[in-house]
Amino acid sequence: MTELLYIALFILASYSFMVNKGRAASLGKFNTLHSQPYYHGLYSSILIFLPAIILLIFWSSIQNIMTNLSIRDFFVDVSDPGLIKFYIDSVINYSNGVSSKIIEHDGFMPAVEKYSSLTYTSTILKVIVVTGLSIILLRASIKVVTVDFKARDYVESMFTTLMKFSSVIAIFVTIGIVLSLLFETLRFFATVNVFDFLFGLHWSPQTAIRADQVGSSGSFGAIPVFLGTILISIIAMLVAVPIGMYSAIYLSQYASETVRTYAKPIIEILAGIPTVVYGFFAVITVAPFFRDLGDKISPGTLSGESAIIAGSVMGIMIIPFITSLTDDAMNAVPGSLKEGSLAMGATVSETTRQVIIPASFHGIVASFLLAFSRAIGETMIVVMAAGFAANLTLNPFESVTTVTVQIVGLLTGDQEFDSAKTLSAFALAFVLFFLTLILNIIALNMVKKYREQYE
Amino acid sequence: MNNLNKRNKAETRFKLYGISAVIIAITFLFVLLFNIFSSGVSAFKASYIGVKIEIPSAMNIDEINPRKEFKRQVLKMFPEVETRSDKRALLSLFSKGAIYEFEDLLEQSDSNGLDGYYWFLAHGDLDMYIKGTVERRGNEAGRINSKRMTFVDALREQNLIQLQANKYLLSSADSREPEMAGIRGAIVGSLYAILIAFIVSFPLGVLSALYMEKLASRNKFSDIIETNINNLAAVPSIVFGLLGLAIFLNFFSLPRSAPLVGGLTLAVMTLPTIVIASRSAIKSVPPSIEEASIGLGASKIQTLMNFTLPLAMPGIMTGTIIGIARALGETAPLLMIGMVAFVVDVPGTPLDPSTALPVQIFLWADSPERAFVERTSAAIMVLLLFLVLLNLAAIYIRNKLERKW
Repeated sequence: MTELLYIALFILASYSFMVNKGRAASLGKFNTLHSQPYYHGLYSSILIFLPAIILLIFWSSIQNIMTNLSIRDFFVDVSDPGLIKFYIDSVINYSNGVSSKIIEHDGFMPAVEKYSSLTYTSTILKVIVVTGLSIILLRASIKVVTVDFKARDYVESMFTTLMKFSSVIAIFVTIGIVLSLLFETLRFFATVNVFDFLFGLHWSPQTAIRADQVGSSGSFGAIPVFLGTILISIIAMLVAVPIGMYSAIYLSQYASETVRTYAKPIIEILAGIPTVVYGFFAVITVAPFFRDLGDKISPGTLSGESAIIAGSVMGIMIIPFITSLTDDAMNAVPGSLKEGSLAMGATVSETTRQVIIPASFHGIVASFLLAFSRAIGETMIVVMAAGFAANLTLNPFESVTTVTVQIVGLLTGDQEFDSAKTLSAFALAFVLFFLTLILNIIALNMVKKYREQYE
Repeated sequence: MNNLNKRNKAETRFKLYGISAVIIAITFLFVLLFNIFSSGVSAFKASYIGVKIEIPSAMNIDEINPRKEFKRQVLKMFPEVETRSDKRALLSLFSKGAIYEFEDLLEQSDSNGLDGYYWFLAHGDLDMYIKGTVERRGNEAGRINSKRMTFVDALREQNLIQLQANKYLLSSADSREPEMAGIRGAIVGSLYAILIAFIVSFPLGVLSALYMEKLASRNKFSDIIETNINNLAAVPSIVFGLLGLAIFLNFFSLPRSAPLVGGLTLAVMTLPTIVIASRSAIKSVPPSIEEASIGLGASKIQTLMNFTLPLAMPGIMTGTIIGIARALGETAPLLMIGMVAFVVDVPGTPLDPSTALPVQIFLWADSPERAFVERTSAAIMVLLLFLVLLNLAAIYIRNKLERKW
């Protein structure tokens, strides 16, 4: 029914476009019209389409609320709000034919009938109202076509509004992220103390199945999780910084144009490979490699989940971030500085170390920060290759866990949405979001600085 | 002079470090790719067992119970097999899919009767032995015990076990049986998600880039939008997954595990990339063209739509394709919105539960079943193929269509 309505609207809008365009064209010679016939057509289409769409959106949200309220009455005897929501969802799913599950409750079948009849009436009413409105608007839009009518101005201002709206979306997204994380995080801190979370040394989010079990509350000291994240990221940086830096130096200072055009894109492919592929590589190839290596030194030193495995693979992944950004920063250094140093008799390596690197220092540090923030937020490699148990250790050969591993572990699979266990994932994500945000802001400012310095 | 020698040596050393760094980075890439390809190639073939099927044309197909008939035909090849456990061992060499293949065969035969050797899918355990994934120790290999091995040897002697093209890998969805598992469902799910991500993020991204670059006045507000977009581009992808979970699933009550929600989440994630790429493409259109258009009496919007946008389009498309390619390989946000379910059907609409290709890789990589290792690699090869195609398209557009001013 609703699909038909959309099709009808579309046909109506196209029809009014053709009619008004034709009318405008027949009104007078081309140069006497304020706007081209095309704009008159567009104006009438928008006039029909826009109110109808807005009305439809409002209608369905109000319809949802109303039907939910009315079927809620059938479950007044249920006290648990979560259960009521589940019942209501089941009724809706059953009525829409999404699932055939029937709830054992006296109110279920009546609720289904009520819901179906309400939805039916509402849909009929919706079709009548929207079609009526559109036809009225169609008649109105035909009358409006005159020589002086400023159809183009209206169409353009509507278009500008649409553009403004699009560019504000990015802000909505950020606000959405912050609000959705903040909301759940605050609910989490209602049950767990903020300081216990930020400075506690013990992380075991498993809440007990039975309430009377010993140690059932779960403990949410996040220090081991943060430490694990930082440990793995530092290992990654230890791999990526030397390789990334030296490749950037070679590419920007030594390499011939041909080597540069081929080598740089090849290194950048490393950044384009999906992280799940790196995770698989870590599990299948790197983990056995390190395990064999460890067994040669002393058997059993390394488990398959050691921090060094995930860290080193992540290091490979972030090499290109460092290489490209450092390379850009070094290339932004004015040639005169470099030539001056070379003319004074310094070798290329001396020039690089004593002139180029200090001159592009901001850019290089920015590349480190961006790579580090990428490492902190990286998920798949650690989910597949690092552990889930939180150990408070800085030993790279032991298994540690990270923020992202915990988020994935806590939010996938069966979950009740209100338990402290699931809410803790949002608190972790909140910290992660702010940490990466701060790193990014600092890095972007540094990039801006070096750009300004030499422009 | 000694000093100069030292300095020259330092120079050579420094250069050597640089070269080795580049070589190491490139080596990593090739080791990674080589590893995946060498373990994945074998998954494009599967072991099949030849069975002599004899069904007289007089027989009515509708009366045949395929399961029983298939067992009868298999057992007929080994008349000496008597005990129940031996029979079971022999039949366990076949995959569950073999029965379905037999049913199809019966249907295709059109009551004309069947006579000859037909090939049926072998069990995953046998497949691993044939491919050499598990080694033979005496009379056993992995889960092939000595009883099963006698049949394997007998079949191999008659050359009745062959590696043939794996029909299941690209044409079926996930399955508990490794030999029957495929990535069709995941590919379709991924395509739906990518399509939705494109439909949502492309217009929004291009329009906002146009506005920010050409219409917005420089003030505090436009600065906020700009920093905002730059920062969004660097937010960890898992955070977008949590956004999708909180907004699309919990607030708007959209169906869990659906490519629609996955697509919307990926759209939000791709939006900053598209905006940044579009802005730089729009910026590179020479102002003289716009001024000429304005000078001839076109309005600002007409100029943007008729000149700026078409001229910037190749650059915008390049950036969009790269953003979409990244979204295609993204796994973490999809985990958050529940696209990790075990789904055995190919999704028909974007509202059906589904997985995506990278998530399927994750699921298989996590599976304890060893036979999934080569299939994971094969799925990765398919994913990389898609990514290469997308990037080639981007490179083609950049080199052929983009104009340098």
